[in-house]
Amino acid sequence: MTEFLNVLTDHWSLFGQGFGNTVKLFLIAGVGCLVLGVLLGAFRVSPIPALRWFGATYVNIVRNTPLTLVFAFLVFAAPKLDVNFDYFTAAAVALTVYTAAFICEVVRSGVNTVAPGQAEAARALGLSFGQVLLEVVLPQALRAMVPPLMSVMIAMLKNTTVAAGFSVVEAGAIPAYMAEFGEPQFYVLLWIAIGFLVLITPLVLLQRVLERKLAVAR
Amino acid sequence: MSSSVLYDLPGPRGRRRNLIIGVLASLAIVGLIAWVIYRFNATGQFEQRRWVQFEYQAVQTELLNGLLATLKAAGIATVLALLFGAVFAAGRLSDHRILRVPSSAVVELFRAIPLLILIFFGYYVPLQYGWSISNLWALVVGLTLYNGSVLAEIFRAGVNAVPRGQTEAAYAIGLRKGQVLRMILLPQAIRSMLPAIVSQLVVLLKDTALGFIITYPELLTVGKTIGGRLAFGFPYVPAYLVVAAMYIGICGLLSACAWWLQRRLTRVRTTAAKPIPLNDVGRQV
Amino acid sequence: MGMKRAAVFATAAAFAFTLTACGKEGTPTASGDSNASGAAVSDTCKPSGATFTADSAAAVAGSTTFDKIKSANKVVVGVKFDQPNLGYKDTSGKRCGFDIEIAQYVASKLGIDPAKIEYKEIPSANRETAIKGGEVDYYVGTYSITDKRKADIAFAGPYFVAGQDLLVRKDESAITGKDTLKGKKVCSATGSTPIQRVKDEKLTEPENIVEFKTYSECVSQLLDKKVDAVTTDDAILKGYAAQNSTDLKVVGKPFSTEKYGIGLPHDDKALRDYVNTQLEAAFKDGTWQKIYDGTLGRSGSPATAPAVERY
Repeated sequence: MTEFLNVLTDHWSLFGQGFGNTVKLFLIAGVGCLVLGVLLGAFRVSPIPALRWFGATYVNIVRNTPLTLVFAFLVFAAPKLDVNFDYFTAAAVALTVYTAAFICEVVRSGVNTVAPGQAEAARALGLSFGQVLLEVVLPQALRAMVPPLMSVMIAMLKNTTVAAGFSVVEAGAIPAYMAEFGEPQFYVLLWIAIGFLVLITPLVLLQRVLERKLAVAR
Repeated sequence: MSSSVLYDLPGPRGRRRNLIIGVLASLAIVGLIAWVIYRFNATGQFEQRRWVQFEYQAVQTELLNGLLATLKAAGIATVLALLFGAVFAAGRLSDHRILRVPSSAVVELFRAIPLLILIFFGYYVPLQYGWSISNLWALVVGLTLYNGSVLAEIFRAGVNAVPRGQTEAAYAIGLRKGQVLRMILLPQAIRSMLPAIVSQLVVLLKDTALGFIITYPELLTVGKTIGGRLAFGFPYVPAYLVVAAMYIGICGLLSACAWWLQRRLTRVRTTAAKPIPLNDVGRQV
Repeated sequence: MGMKRAAVFATAAAFAFTLTACGKEGTPTASGDSNASGAAVSDTCKPSGATFTADSAAAVAGSTTFDKIKSANKVVVGVKFDQPNLGYKDTSGKRCGFDIEIAQYVASKLGIDPAKIEYKEIPSANRETAIKGGEVDYYVGTYSITDKRKADIAFAGPYFVAGQDLLVRKDESAITGKDTLKGKKVCSATGSTPIQRVKDEKLTEPENIVEFKTYSECVSQLLDKKVDAVTTDDAILKGYAAQNSTDLKVVGKPFSTEKYGIGLPHDDKALRDYVNTQLEAAFKDGTWQKIYDGTLGRSGSPATAPAVERY
């Protein structure tokens, strides 16, 4: 047991740095993928065929590509095209680009859950497009979107570990460092698992609360 | 798309506006593609020496072997994950608390731990104790635990999707618990969740790419090897494009298969259960 | 849906095409269109010219490994595949390099035709496990002799003495040795001894240390100016410098001593003594020199055979 605790206390700074970067990566990519994802989602439900095509193509390509490949492309192939990021930025961009495809799908299916009759009725009442959007469609769509959005974010938090293979010192990179110190890996991995449970459990609980609160009676 | 909730069929002014935006958007997209091609050309990515490798049998064999390694890991992990999922879904659906609680705990635990960390458990822990485990099995262990837990949730949802009346009717005609599950619930549940299972397999297949971190020679690792040849000017761009096309091809086929199953399911109602939604994207990230 | 289905079909067709496309035999060679990021060099393996004929009279009394090899009439050798001029597999699947030829020499002395060697690519981290588990009969691949490893396996040799050095871009003038690395980004393979030394001796700041799975990736990042130096044994670095001498150079001030040995099963002392004797013979009769000159020696730096350390 002391050995188990020592793994954490002896390498406190490494765990701190690792999980610190994990959280940082999560927050930056979280904002990034929300912005890009909502934009793509708007494309997919827009009346412009070209934009709809672009959104659909993006989603179909990215969704069927492994995240690891997106990382590898940004770190090793992009510099060959004279597109340069440092390793942390590359990781944030990879997570953003990948996760945005899933956010886009959440947005699209969220909007589609609102029955067309709702907007038709609103228009019949003489509301403008902005009013229809803000007062009738979005309030209902957002309720349907929040729980899956949370799931996507939780998945993204776990996906930050992939950056370990691309020279970013986040939680997933800790085992490789510990292997060099010769620490018992089983304990190291248990601590990392505990770290993720600590980060993810509140998110899961929040998601369940929201899911119950926002459930639309139909 | 005239049925979109957001807007009515546009009138003459709206049509004109949409046309203008459409033209601008098309120009922007064409511009983006042109920029990418320009970058490719400016940095010599179209040079013959960067692509010449792919004309040769040895390199094609390399790619094929990588693909087979990917499919092998995915295949084994699929079978094991389905078993794992079935066992723990049964546990969670059990009437006995003593089975339900630990099953729920296991499923929730493995869903909260990143896949990479689970793969590391399979890789580093045997190394620590000096057991010989190939990196194929390390990868399979991680994929099984993670995807098995997700599948357990899909199975549970599938069984729960069969209307209560079905179970009640079955009990009423005197079937036992096992019979109800085997003869009434499972046949209907399996139909309703098949599309969701197939779409989870796409996730599993994509995740095999993490095998490169523990040097399992799957498709992405092969791509790195081909791209990492200095003699050909580090053709990472062509190598990753080829590998991406292969992943997108296979995963796209599987995804299309899931959609087809889903559509067939809603058309040919052979089950009283509502289909498990395919677009539960949270599961697929 | 129609669009989508068409797209899926197109990718599937393209995919099927790549699988069935008829491939050319042989090795691709990079044709003369060289540019700034790489000299035109062929990937084709060129053997050193040393010949190895199987010694059919070979006998190693009391060696279980030898008995196994003899009865199977083949030998399984663990190697590297991505180190030019050392342990390399070219795009036609041919293997070459200094380590490969040493492995072939040893096989011939064990009575096995080098053509009958079954090569297994074993990553550094799994070498001990592979030897202990009998997955390979012996291992030749930049395998430094250390006391820690001697607890698990046995070493014949050394057959080469390398040292940790630095690979930099040709126009680099600021990096002249290990003490000039401060503030520079240094890349090496994850978990390798060289990167551990950089950390232990604090040769550069922790945030400037970059680790990837393979040296090729580090060299690629070096050419892309994402890192400033790649560090590992000079033997490995010279292999890369020889492949692209217009853009890369080795600093040439080794700051460690790495004795490369042949990894053997721990308890097979008979085999270890036998391989040591055969290595000494190769040092003496010029075979070793011929192998070196035809492989690593192409990078221009000379080397002399080391002395075998028996234990």
